[in-house]
Formats: sequence, structure tokens, C-alpha cells
Amino acid sequence: MFTYTLRRLLFAIPTLLVISFIIFALLDLSPGDPTANLPLTIPPEVREQIRISLGLGEPFHIRYLLWLQQFFVNEPLNIFEQLTGWTVGDGERMRVISWQTRSPVTDLIVERLPQTLWVVGLSYVFGVLIAIPTGVISAYRQYSWFDQLGTLFSMIGFSVPTFFMGLLLIVIFSVNLGWLPSIYDTNLVVNSPETFWLQVKQMIMPVTVLALFNAAQISRFMRASMLDNLSQDYVRTARAKGMKERVVLLTHVLRNSLIPVVTVIALGIPNIFSGAIITEQIFRVNGLGQLLITGIQGADIPLVQTLTFIFAVLIVLFNLIADLIYGILDPRIRYD
Amino acid sequence: MRLRYFLTGAAAAALLAPAAHAERGSDGQLNILYWQAVSIMTPFLSSGTKDVEAASLVLEPLARFDQDGQLVPFLAQDIPTVENGGVSEDLTSITWKLKEGLLWSDGTPVTAADAVFTWQYCTHPEGGCAQLPNFGDVTNVEAVDDLTIKVTFGVPKPYPYGPLVGAQSPIIQAAQFADCLGARAPECTDANFKPIGTGPFVVTDFKANDVVTFAANPTFRDPAKPAFATVVLKGGGDAASAARSVLETGEFDYAWNAQVEPEILTAMEAAGRGEVISAFGTLVERIHLNQTNPDPALGEERSTAAHPHPFLTDPRIAKALSLAIDREILIETGYGAAGRMTCNLVPAPEYNASTNNEWCKARDVDEANRLLDEAGWVMGSDGVREKDGMRLSILYQTSTNSVRQAAQALIKQDWEAIGVETELRNIDAGVFFGGDPGSPDTFQKFFADVEMYANNFDGTDAEKYLGDWVCSEFPRPETQWQGGNTSRWCSEEYDALHAKLGQTAGQEARSELIIELNDMIVNSPAFIPLVDRGRVSTKSNALGGVIMNPWDSELWNAADWHRVE
Repeated sequence: MFTYTLRRLLFAIPTLLVISFIIFALLDLSPGDPTANLPLTIPPEVREQIRISLGLGEPFHIRYLLWLQQFFVNEPLNIFEQLTGWTVGDGERMRVISWQTRSPVTDLIVERLPQTLWVVGLSYVFGVLIAIPTGVISAYRQYSWFDQLGTLFSMIGFSVPTFFMGLLLIVIFSVNLGWLPSIYDTNLVVNSPETFWLQVKQMIMPVTVLALFNAAQISRFMRASMLDNLSQDYVRTARAKGMKERVVLLTHVLRNSLIPVVTVIALGIPNIFSGAIITEQIFRVNGLGQLLITGIQGADIPLVQTLTFIFAVLIVLFNLIADLIYGILDPRIRYD
Repeated sequence: MRLRYFLTGAAAAALLAPAAHAERGSDGQLNILYWQAVSIMTPFLSSGTKDVEAASLVLEPLARFDQDGQLVPFLAQDIPTVENGGVSEDLTSITWKLKEGLLWSDGTPVTAADAVFTWQYCTHPEGGCAQLPNFGDVTNVEAVDDLTIKVTFGVPKPYPYGPLVGAQSPIIQAAQFADCLGARAPECTDANFKPIGTGPFVVTDFKANDVVTFAANPTFRDPAKPAFATVVLKGGGDAASAARSVLETGEFDYAWNAQVEPEILTAMEAAGRGEVISAFGTLVERIHLNQTNPDPALGEERSTAAHPHPFLTDPRIAKALSLAIDREILIETGYGAAGRMTCNLVPAPEYNASTNNEWCKARDVDEANRLLDEAGWVMGSDGVREKDGMRLSILYQTSTNSVRQAAQALIKQDWEAIGVETELRNIDAGVFFGGDPGSPDTFQKFFADVEMYANNFDGTDAEKYLGDWVCSEFPRPETQWQGGNTSRWCSEEYDALHAKLGQTAGQEARSELIIELNDMIVNSPAFIPLVDRGRVSTKSNALGGVIMNPWDSELWNAADWHRVE
């Protein structure tokens, strides 16, 4: 197991390098100019100067190598310095700077992480908590009213886009009833029961929208996987041995059915970090998804490059984790 | 006599002011929403409107423009003119006097040295300063004494109010930005996010592209202002939901730029919590008619002065195309409160706007048909006019944007009704306005017969803007396809008149020339004005003191904003 993990990790390095190159090349080749959104009153000479001051005067391969150095050497060293308080070298090194805000990209990401993890992460947790029992009961009582209802809800969750659902909730709960705020306050500091309640209130709508979407997807996987296992011979054997229905269902069937579902859940976790672009925009949660979209709109290449690359790292990492969890859940799977 | 008026006025003001709002910070929190989130707090490193306007709460120039386009002194004591001796007779220098006793928000005095530093900061060759045009032709800025700033120009400047005037060109503190010159400018994240200013508010917290928090500036020059203790400037989302948060849910007091379909905005306003406010500046949605031939068969010489356009150089065609357009429908469907009809290239301020071209306001299809008949274009059997075997067919391009595509469709209908075949094309805005000389799709290359976009100018003086239309401004391969004269229209008479404007001082004389130049362009075969586009924002009924200003930042008088019950 250990050597397998090590091998996979080593293999990830060239994969990630190739990915980083492809992202960089794609962004570089795509039409887009950081000065394109400036008013037309700015003359072309000034635009050219702005481009040069952003480092766009350098050729492609220099900029790519510079980014590699900034991302793999300078940024980790900075984090190391911040954590330990030591200074490596003279402490002066070029960080990955966002063109729009002229501030280090990693600082922006750190600033955005809390709200994304809270809103998108919590909605994922809720989604999973709703999906697994729903999937189990739906499969066990197939075609019952509960199953029909579950199917209906997952169809709604699947097919109604989040921008519509979000708008619907805002119109009902913010405009008509006036119960919940339609705009997420990222300045809110939770330090008392009142502020905690405010935080809960502003999270209800975005979390609901996303949780419904996540639950719809996972509950379908859960149900299908349970149905597969319920018709297996070992289930009949277990029942024939006189085991209680609870034990049969939760110990035997559920554990086996979870294997594919856990993969789906693990592979979905990187999506939490990439935020939920549309939902974040609607409720102005201003997390990583919104950061990415403003970066794309403003042709802020260093920001987009760094963010997408971090997502790529997370995806590679969680692929590996999903494979390892397989082995833990199912003792028959061994990689050595 | 004068002193007595002044004292009476001051006494009256002192009596009245407390009635409206008692003291600084008494009105709690002001919530502002800019759906394009603020990225940076200095206009020098970003000229995005959102950033310039957010910075205007903190940083101030010597003078700002009021809602009518007139200069109002802010940090300066008064506006220098030739009459009061502030502008030299030869028009090559202007001398500003700072108000006495001005303090930065950190308590240190504001001096002329800060103004000199601001000029050095922006004109540093490696800085990439976005506001460089404001310092055009400036050869020196010097501090005559602590309060006197002398700006010298290399050429006579009949309109010397560019440097250090308006929201785009405020004064920054020399002490804070001293280490941020040139290539180091982007590294000064702290200074760029939390500049020390003289304005009514100071930044207390800055979350880039998300939210900025301000508090009342304790050293602001008017001890009774601002009325609000704190300001939250939130960003993100889209224009429609921003307007909703003011007009329907009432969560915010002010939302910038309500670029929303007119009927949706009207429905939101009906909720009665707030109102839509607009103001009209110089932004004109227009159609440029290519005076050179964009035929792909011409290869390298496509859209260059070497080949005049086969038919668009006839002013009768431009006039017919203009008369055929139903501008009222364009405004009603696309702009609502944000648009009004115009027949000018320079629609404002009022003293510069021509009233000689009103003919374009009324749609007149018969006259349009008559003009085309007169020009020799005969209606063909398929409804398209022809002349000497050539069909009256045009390619009409613009940037991708739902309002523009709707306008294109309406105008196509109008034109086909008079026998002009119209092919539509739209190009991604980033490419269209990107100015990349390698791309065939930029508005400067103009590889089409007509194109539509909007343009305006900073401030109130149109000299530089009208300078875009002189012959030497043709975008062409030799200039990397840069240049303001997108229509490639050339008139020696116009060039001479524009040169005269460059030597004329005094508002009235300049207005006369500006109107004359404007009329020449409007009656040329190269230009069709469509809509004067204003700024539209939404404000809550609980917010008072807002004066919508098209010439400066919308937040220009935030010091006077207050709560009303």
C-alpha cells in the first residue's frame, strides 16, 4: 500500500507539470487582454505601457518558467516563513501577483477560503447526509411512495438550474417575506449568539440550493448501488441465517454499496474548493468561484492560472485518495 | 460688502446644518453595492470605473466637476483662470493654491510636495500608470511654497484642467507611496488597498474583489461631515440583483450602474422603496461608416486610405441611413432611463451641445428613400437597391452584448425597409475593443462597412476627443492599426478648425468652435449618432443628498449624503 501510494505520488509530478503547461498555454493563446476592459478614453500607448508593466513584454517560455518558480519555490517559501517566522535568504522574492488587484494571488485565495468552505462545504455535507439515507430507503422500499417522492426531488435537483432555484428563493424569502438576506456579508464575525444566528440566516439559501443539487446526484448513486447489492446471493444467505433485517441492510448491504458511492463523494470534494460559481454570484458569497470568474472576466492570467492549477492538484490528489479508500472499504482490493 | 455676505451665509449655514444632520458620524452605516467588485483603491493602477469611484471616497483632486460639468474646488481654494491670474497669459502654466490647514487622514499636513509626487508617481516610465493621459504635455509640476502648486505645460493649453482634477487624477500622499515608484508600484499592496487620503472616509478593511469597509475620516476638513460613521462597499453579482437589493429588499442604500432591461427596472421601482436616478454625460452609442473599402480582395490594403469606399463616401447615404432609424424604439427597448435621443457627437455639457442637427430625431422613411433615389440607387426586384450593377449591401458589426444585438436587429429592419441589404456580425468585446493588431476583428481595423459602439471622453472638454477625427488619426498598418479616426474620414477644413481650437481659450469661444466641429462630423458621410447613454443607478428613499453626476465619480459628494426618514 505504501509503495503504491508513493508510486502514484511520484507519477503525479509529471502529470501536474503537463497540466500546468497546458493551462498556461491555453490561457496565453486565448484572446483576452487585461487592458481590454479599460475605457476607450485610455490611449493605446498607455495600454501598451500597462501591458509591459504587467510583464507581458517577456516571451512565452520566460513567463511560464517565471510562474513555475513563483508558484513552486517562492510561494511555498513564503508560507514556510509565515508559519515559522524565520527568514530564508533576504526574504525578498517575487510572488504570483494578480493583475487586477496587484496583490499576491495566494493572499486572495486564503481570504476567500472561509466562505467557500462554509457555504459550499457545508452544502456538500448536508447533501451527503440527506442522500445516503434517502438512497438506502428508496432502494429498500423500491417503488414505494417514499421512493417516488425521492425520485421526484432528485429530478428537480438535477434539472432545475441553480441560478433559477437561487432566484426563486430570493424572490420568496427576501423580496416577498423579507425573512432572509439576499446578500452574503463576508465581513460578519461570529462572536455572539446574535451574530451566529445572522450567519445561519445568510447561509440558509445558498446552502439549500447547493445541498439539493448535491443530494440529488449522490442519492441516485446510492439507490442504484443498493439495488445492485440487494439482489445478491449473500443477502439471501444472511437472511437465511436468521439475521435481523437491520443487520442485513446496514452491515452487509450498505457497506458493500458504499464502495462506488464513496468514490463519487471523494471525487466531488475538489469541486468544493473550486466553489460554486453561479451560486456564489447570485448570493454574493464572493468565494473562490467568484474569484475565478472575476479573474477570467478581467483577463487576470496569473490569478486564473494559479487557481485552476490548484484545482488540478486537488483533483489528482482526491483521485488518489478515492483509490486508497477502496482498499480500506473492501479488503479484497489490494494494490501490492 | 463681500465679507458681510460671506459671514451672513456662513451664519445661515451654521444654523441650518445642524437641523439636517447634527454631526459627523451620526447617521450610522451607509451600504453601497457595486456589482463589479472593487479590485484596488487607486485610480492610477486601474481605470476601471468601479475602482476610480471607490477611491474617490478617500482620495481627492484639487477640483471636481459638478453635475453640470462646472469645476468646483475641493482641495484648491479656487479655480485658476486667465482672468484671476491663475493661468498664465501664454496658457503654458496653471497655478493652484491649496486650502489652508488640510490634513491627511493620518494627521499630517497636505502640501504642494504631495501634488508634485503624484505627478512623478504617475509619469514614472515603468509604472504603467493608467491615468497618464491626464498628465499629457506636462513638463513640470513644482511646489512654489507649501500651498502653491505650479503645473507647466510644454505647449499652450487653452484647457489646463487635466492634471490633478477630477476623480481620475487625485492627489496621493508622498510619504505613503514614496517607495512605490515605477516597477515597485504593484508591490505596494498595503498602500494600494488602504491609501491615506483627504476625503470624507478612510479604508478600515479591504477584501479585494469583495467588500471594502470605510469609517468617517477624523481629520476631514468639514467637522460636521460626513454624516455616516461607516460605509460598506460590497461587490459581486449582477446588475439586476443589485438594483433589486435597493428597490425591492431595501438591504442596500445605493447600487451603482443599473444596467437592466428597462421593463424589469420599472417593475422593481414599483415596490416603492427607492428610485432609479440617471444623469447624462458624453457617452454616445453611434454608428461609424467606413470611408475606405473593406473588401477582403484588397488584401493588405483593405480598409486603408488607398481605396475609398465604393458608396459610403456619399453623405446622402449616411443621411438616408440615419433618417431610416427609429431611435425611439431603440431607447425604449434597450436603454429606458439610461438613454435619450441625441443628434450629436458631443451631446454634453449643455454649453458644448449643438442644437443644429435636430433633423435626425424624427424618423422619415420617405425622405430617406428620396435621398437614395437622388443618389442614383434604384430599387431592385428583390427589394435591394442597385446602382451600376452594385448592390447596396453592407456588413454591420459590433461587440457581443444583448442590447447591441437587439439594436442591430431593429436597425437592420429599418434599413432593409429602404432597400439596404444588411448583414449582421458581432464580435466578443474583449477582441473587438482589445486593439490587438494581429486580430482582424478589432474596431480599429474596421473590416466591415459600418460598425456600432459607444465612446466618450473624460472631463468636460472635447478638444482631445474631437482630435480623433483629424486625418492623421487614421488607424493604418504603419501605426499598428492604432488611431482614433475609425471612420477614416478626412477633411482639411476640419483639421484647420480643430487646430484653431487648440489655440483658443475661454469657455464661450471654445464652445462655439466645438459646436462647429461637431456639426461637421454629424453632417459628414462617416457618422450616425444613435443614443446618448447616461449613468443609471438606484438609490433608497432613506438616503438623502445624492446628486447624480456624469462628469466625476458618482460618489463625488458622499460627504453630504445623509439618512432621511
